[in-house]
Amino acid sequence: MNWEEIEKLPRPGLESIQLQRLQKLVHRVYATVEPYKKKMDEAGVKPGDIQSLADLRKLPFTTKDDLRDNYPFGLFTVPMDDVVRVHASSGTTGKPTVVGYTANDIEMWASVMGRALAMAGVTRGDMVHNAYGYGLFTGGLGAHYGIEHLGATVIPVSGGNTKRQITIMRDFGSTVLLATPSYALNLADAMADVGVSPGDLKLRVGIHGAEPWSENMREEVERKLGIKAVDIYGLSEVIGPGVAMECLETDHGMHILEDHFLPEIVDPDTFEPLPYGESGELVFTTLTKEAFPIIRYRTKDISRLIAEPCACGRTLVRMEKVTGRTDDMLIIRGVNVFPSQVEHVLMGVEGVEPHYQIEVNRQGNLDTMSVLVEVSEDVFSDEVRVLENLTKKIQVEIKDLLGVTCAVKLVEPRTIQRSEGKAQRVIDNRKL
Amino acid sequence: MRVEQISVFLENKSGRLAEITQVLADNAINIRALTVADTADFGILRLMVDKVDEAKKVLKDNGFTVGKTNVVAVEVPDQAGGLASVLKTAETEDLNVEYMYAFVNKSGRNAVLIFRFDDMDKAIAAMQGAGFTLLDGAQICGL
Repeated sequence: MNWEEIEKLPRPGLESIQLQRLQKLVHRVYATVEPYKKKMDEAGVKPGDIQSLADLRKLPFTTKDDLRDNYPFGLFTVPMDDVVRVHASSGTTGKPTVVGYTANDIEMWASVMGRALAMAGVTRGDMVHNAYGYGLFTGGLGAHYGIEHLGATVIPVSGGNTKRQITIMRDFGSTVLLATPSYALNLADAMADVGVSPGDLKLRVGIHGAEPWSENMREEVERKLGIKAVDIYGLSEVIGPGVAMECLETDHGMHILEDHFLPEIVDPDTFEPLPYGESGELVFTTLTKEAFPIIRYRTKDISRLIAEPCACGRTLVRMEKVTGRTDDMLIIRGVNVFPSQVEHVLMGVEGVEPHYQIEVNRQGNLDTMSVLVEVSEDVFSDEVRVLENLTKKIQVEIKDLLGVTCAVKLVEPRTIQRSEGKAQRVIDNRKL
Repeated sequence: MRVEQISVFLENKSGRLAEITQVLADNAINIRALTVADTADFGILRLMVDKVDEAKKVLKDNGFTVGKTNVVAVEVPDQAGGLASVLKTAETEDLNVEYMYAFVNKSGRNAVLIFRFDDMDKAIAAMQGAGFTLLDGAQICGL
């Protein structure tokens, strides 16, 4: 069966494929990964108990804490000899979340990413400008392999050097743009500065994800670049980009590549599964991954599953654009930032529990992060140089740990508002 | 022969200096000398006061971050070359000045130079060795 047939399978056919894959996965994970076995034993569930997709709810959840506790490779199910690549994303404190891929995983990822691109109308004839960052972040390389898999031409331009990107888009005749929505807007504004108009480009479609964006932003991207802008969803714990994708026929919801990724929506308080249509925390189980499969991973993203048939004919369920988080994670210029990471840095620098606040603003189209730190007696000095070194050190360590440049501002004690004795850690002034 | 100086962290916002001086006034603390070091983002106020520990306490009670540092007070004749002679000694002895400020005492005959050196022990020995008069806290308050 080719993937076009799979995507249009009647639901019972798709669900039987999902169940077979789920059963195989649970048996394998139970037999090979001690932490999974332990959690399943504690929950009193055996692999044989999974007789239907509804039995999925019997399995324990996996969270970012599980990944941290088994850092770096503890949840891998294959020997490291079989792992051909690792990626990493932000953990909630100092340690990143590490994921691994076998050669088959890379092939599967390329195919789902390729299918996602095809949903947005990308074909072999396209020149794809991939402005997602290449590196430990899954965005750049994940998209790259998918573009090649589809047979289109990839321009691995990565992030930064905006003026050069515009020249390349014009001279190479880029037809598809992959970028975070804020970077797409940044490119649009920079085009005006260097005297390139949308009419000088061949851009047709933009594929934007990795950070929250609104319908207003979509409208702005479409207007300023003269393209159709579509939404893509993915996360490294599941695979990276290519988990879900908007097709050209709808602007409401992204088709989940359900033959590989099994979605659930659960109540964020009780963790009970919710029916289609209800809003809650998005949970994913990978059905086919080898090196790093994950069972019932709580994404902390708030969404809704849409079961209504789509005009494109795909029977794959759709997930609504992510509307929020169940935790305090921020996404700054496409990078996940947890306030606890900033706190971790400050504790390391100051040696005591710091009073701080993170302020996020959107200047033009780019997110800026400022960290306000109250100056305690322990770090105060009557020498300007010492305090300036302190701010520089905090800045460098945050950049090292999070990969985000921020401004650090020292403030007087008790300037940071405390409500009910607890400081408000994040002020997000972005209007999304 | 060290003198205690207090320092206060200041955010660059209006009224903070006024607030500090009012707190000191309300507690009958007399300021003998002061200087503000400022950057684009913050300032550091350095003060010589008659009641150091009390000043530190009342400012802290009023929510300020306060530090206490030792500095050297050198008395020189209030005439051309007074400061230059002290700095010449510092240079010869390879002492670095972290910061300094100065005031003229009531009689008008002498100037008092307040220094923070990188190596305070060495600085005191050098200044005394070169024959400069160093003042202690009580002397400064008595000026």
